[in-house]
Amino acid sequence: MQVRDLVMRYGSTTAVDGLSLDVPEGSITAVLGPNGAGKTTTVETCEGFRAPQSGSVRVLGLDPRLDAVRLRPRVGVMLQSGGAWTGSRATEMLRHMASLHAHPLDPDALADRLGLASCGRTPYRRLSGGQQQRLSLAMAVVGRPELLFLDEPTAGLDPQARRATWELLAELRGAGVTVVLTTHFMDEAEQLSDLVHVVDAGTVIASGSPAELTAAGARGTIRFAARPGVDVVALMEALPHDTKVEEVEGGRYVLTGEIDPRLLADLTRWCADHDVLTESVLVERQSLEDRFLDLTGRTLR
Amino acid sequence: MSLDLSPRPGAARPATMVRAQALMELRLLSRNGEQLLLTLVIPLLLLVAATRAGSVVDLGAGRTIDVVTPGVLALAVLSTAFTSLAIATGFERRYGVLKRLGASPLPRWGLLAGKVAAIAVVELVQLTVLVAVAQLLGWQPTGGAGAYAWLVVLAVLGTAAFGALALLIAGTLRAEATLAVANLVYVVLLVGGGLIVPLSRHPDAIAAVLQLLPSGALGEGLRTAFETGSPGLLPVLVLTVWAVGAGLLTARCFRWE
Repeated sequence: MQVRDLVMRYGSTTAVDGLSLDVPEGSITAVLGPNGAGKTTTVETCEGFRAPQSGSVRVLGLDPRLDAVRLRPRVGVMLQSGGAWTGSRATEMLRHMASLHAHPLDPDALADRLGLASCGRTPYRRLSGGQQQRLSLAMAVVGRPELLFLDEPTAGLDPQARRATWELLAELRGAGVTVVLTTHFMDEAEQLSDLVHVVDAGTVIASGSPAELTAAGARGTIRFAARPGVDVVALMEALPHDTKVEEVEGGRYVLTGEIDPRLLADLTRWCADHDVLTESVLVERQSLEDRFLDLTGRTLR
Repeated sequence: MSLDLSPRPGAARPATMVRAQALMELRLLSRNGEQLLLTLVIPLLLLVAATRAGSVVDLGAGRTIDVVTPGVLALAVLSTAFTSLAIATGFERRYGVLKRLGASPLPRWGLLAGKVAAIAVVELVQLTVLVAVAQLLGWQPTGGAGAYAWLVVLAVLGTAAFGALALLIAGTLRAEATLAVANLVYVVLLVGGGLIVPLSRHPDAIAAVLQLLPSGALGEGLRTAFETGSPGLLPVLVLTVWAVGAGLLTARCFRWE
């Protein structure tokens, strides 16, 4: 899947502003961003709900609008909310979606897998938010698609349901399904996805694997304890240029800099050479959340 | 149980999809009490009331049941093809059902075909029950077998005209507004749309307008057909024009979300 220079405006608001991103086949790709970043608009353009106002979108090599008839059976869609008749029962709704496909999964087995068996006869409007989310996921998966679009798939789920969803998605990837999900949960992007596109104000501001994103420009800290009065100036001379070491209180030190294995080795070697025993060395690299907040700003919008 | 999650995409056969969609709509309809009230209970009550209506409203010459029954059949078409369809579609749009189905293999024409099939089944039940009850209550149409053939033709044309108008409202207004308009139009047309009360009971100027409305055309067409065996050209023409006009407008204006 490929998005190039996508621009989408609603009235005077520009929701998507020259956004480009790629989704490799067989990956789980997260589109991560704060509310209003343009995630849903981007995904819905890929799903064919909206025509690109400028730029281009290709999904499975096809145009989501011109080739919609060929594309729709191959793509599973989970909307951010709704999508079912309020009076329909959970398994009835899932069976209906299954009946629109040629080789669907067994709806009952899928409902069972997602913990929906017990509420199978409950009307949609009486399902809890989490049950509605899981039904919506099941509806996206039941047609055995090649590509899945999930718009905030775990919003409103309790931790167990969230884990179950993650496991299912990982299993789908294992079976060869490409998954595109939007989220504003860092841990979801970090633990689940192969590739993360951080979106803010309608454009991609960073892309990469979670490890690459957190490593890039990742200033971190190493905290360690040693005897008081270590010569930190001499230590800093032995370390890369922009590394700082400070004795925050007697015998407690904080090193800040670009943390990588070599720096840690240099630190411990210097200490060994100077007969300093380092204790409780704690390496703190920044999490994706830190990186995300660095990228998108920390103020509430 | 382990699930084989490997991709194996494909759309079901079109006939299978349309059947599934129609059955789903019928199940949802049959569970909806308000819809049953609108489509069966109210027309039935009107028929029963019709045996006494002559003493309340002057419907003109002829036995009341003979005058009222074709109008009640027209009302049944209005309730299903217009009010019920508009409300259901309005809320489907509001709750993202249309959007979700739009992302499924079901093509748009398939969705429409499913709705048409469900409406056809409901109307078949309505018209059968209402004709049978009317006959039990003493309805004696003089139009012969031809009148029943015209009932089918006019019901189809009326359904097309009212159905297109229903989708026009449901596809452009908010769900609450659709609900209000659909119910209001039902009541207004029931009382003053030429549906139940014969055009001959209205002043000429008003009758001239009413005969050009789909409600007037359907009601008057059915009354004439059951009296003389043929509705005449005008009602057929009026319903056709409304169906085509509203259909084109709906195709242009309908918004899926």
